[in-house]
Amino acid sequence: MRFVFRYSLPIAVALMFLAPFVFVLLTAFMTSDQALTSNLWPASWHPENFVRIFTTVPMLTYLVNTVVYAGLATVFMLLSSVPAAYALAKLRWRGSNAMFVVIICMMMLPPQVVTVPLYLLWANAGLTGTLWPLILPMLAGDAFSIFLLRQFLLTIPDEYLDAARIDGCGEWQVLLRVVLPMAKPGIAATAIFQFFYAWNDYYGPLLYTSEEQSNWTLSLALSQFKHLHHVEWNLVMAATVVVMAPVIIVFFFAQKAFVQGVTLTGVKG
Amino acid sequence: MVATGTSTVDVRPTAARPRPPRRRDPRRWRYRLTVLSFLAPALAGIVVFLVYPLLAAIYFSFTRFDLLTKPVWVGLRNYAFLFGSDTTAWKSASNTLWLVVVLVPARMLAALLTAMLLTAIRRGGGFFRTIFYLPALAPPVAATIAFVFLFNPATGPVNAFLGLLGIDGPLWFDSPVWAKPSLVLLGTWAVGDLMVIFLAALLDVPRPLYEAAEIDGANSWQRFRYVTLPALSPVLLFAAVTGVIQTLQYFTQAAVAASVASGTATTGAGISQTFGYPEQSTLTYPLHLYVSGFRYYDMGYANALAVMLFVVAFAVTLVLLRRFRMFVGGAS
Repeated sequence: MRFVFRYSLPIAVALMFLAPFVFVLLTAFMTSDQALTSNLWPASWHPENFVRIFTTVPMLTYLVNTVVYAGLATVFMLLSSVPAAYALAKLRWRGSNAMFVVIICMMMLPPQVVTVPLYLLWANAGLTGTLWPLILPMLAGDAFSIFLLRQFLLTIPDEYLDAARIDGCGEWQVLLRVVLPMAKPGIAATAIFQFFYAWNDYYGPLLYTSEEQSNWTLSLALSQFKHLHHVEWNLVMAATVVVMAPVIIVFFFAQKAFVQGVTLTGVKG
Repeated sequence: MVATGTSTVDVRPTAARPRPPRRRDPRRWRYRLTVLSFLAPALAGIVVFLVYPLLAAIYFSFTRFDLLTKPVWVGLRNYAFLFGSDTTAWKSASNTLWLVVVLVPARMLAALLTAMLLTAIRRGGGFFRTIFYLPALAPPVAATIAFVFLFNPATGPVNAFLGLLGIDGPLWFDSPVWAKPSLVLLGTWAVGDLMVIFLAALLDVPRPLYEAAEIDGANSWQRFRYVTLPALSPVLLFAAVTGVIQTLQYFTQAAVAASVASGTATTGAGISQTFGYPEQSTLTYPLHLYVSGFRYYDMGYANALAVMLFVVAFAVTLVLLRRFRMFVGGAS
């Protein structure tokens, strides 16, 4: 009884946080007619809804587009941002503080401020209508990732780097042989953040691909399930489950690195 | 920051630190080239994706430009329209301001309360932390669609539940009065990222401070007011600033909620038709900017809106940069 009393508040809060997921999942198994009622429990179960979302719209294409966008963006971001973060965290050079301030400003800049000029830039390059305007910039570093990686690299003691330098390693060798193996959790967390960001991204794909349906991502395609005039909510919810599931599964496997990463985005008190 | 677990005796070999070699030393140039080799991509990114578009946005904001013909210089005409006669701009700015004033504190309060709840749990804290965190992972488009469905005035479970309690639920996303509060509920549900940051900060507060306060006879409110809050203040400031910045660019949830609630339910092409539903109550400033630029192809005016957004966002960022030492902290 004391157990129930002590945990009643956290359990109540947990139920509130979980309820939307449960309703989405239950609705995904309903018929389209029942999804329009206020019923909570499926009268009959229709797991074939999860097949129908792939047969009624080109869901597989959207899934592949999303994976390509998120995957390439993550790889490109790591290639460009890890060295930059290393230079900011572990090398001494004039202007490093100034550059870090610029990185913070870039991180804080609402994307809408630079949207029009960048759109014109990519239109001139003939790449609007594709996802490349969202993928290619990652080769030139991502401000938030550089910030996060720098915070991680600061926690690696300089002694390890100095030992490698005494052994005659150049700075690139120090990064590749000493720092990378030690920074794996930080790099993993940053990579997951970037992947999730691209997976969840809506503004970018809407801006560049909304007129080109074959290049849509899942976010753009989520509510394309309409039957004449009413929305097929059961299919929308099934698609919603499909978009949420990978994120949640990845989270469960990488929870520790992930939480550590979120913590570092704040500032230690 | 001293790493734990290493020797506390300071015998660091200073000779090997990557200090810039002296002037006129040929190694100085090699060292500069090495640093440059690490930074080249990021420096290119700053020039191409920050400096250039910022300058271009400022230039375009003084022109009339529709993408098809060349920009024509019109001086301050776009700004005159923005401040003088575009009532939609003011409506959208006031919607965004409303969200800044309500959504940011609501999220901070919810994050602080859930984080404190987690610190009070003896066992199973990890389990509850995971559950509290989950909504923050839900893709915004998916979460917004789900919320509009759950808060459907006629068929949604929320109003059904309120009906059981004898409460006549509001129209939520279909009401000009309730649409923004509904978005606040959505943002408060997905509060996990902020909660984890606050939780880490709470766990960093030294235990002896609480014990000393308790010995001095402080009650739990006084311990919170005089121990917890001061210790948390840098984190709270950081959360407030980043929260304001995020809210200034609030786009996805407002766009999707309006589209789904209005019944058109498209998240792809044509979504801008329903922006602001109902009655412009969810038309945020970035949505207005998007409509000006990519529906009416008024690029000059869209850039004038963008420049004003930049001015506000930069002013907010300055608040944070004044506390720049917070970030550098750990480096020295």
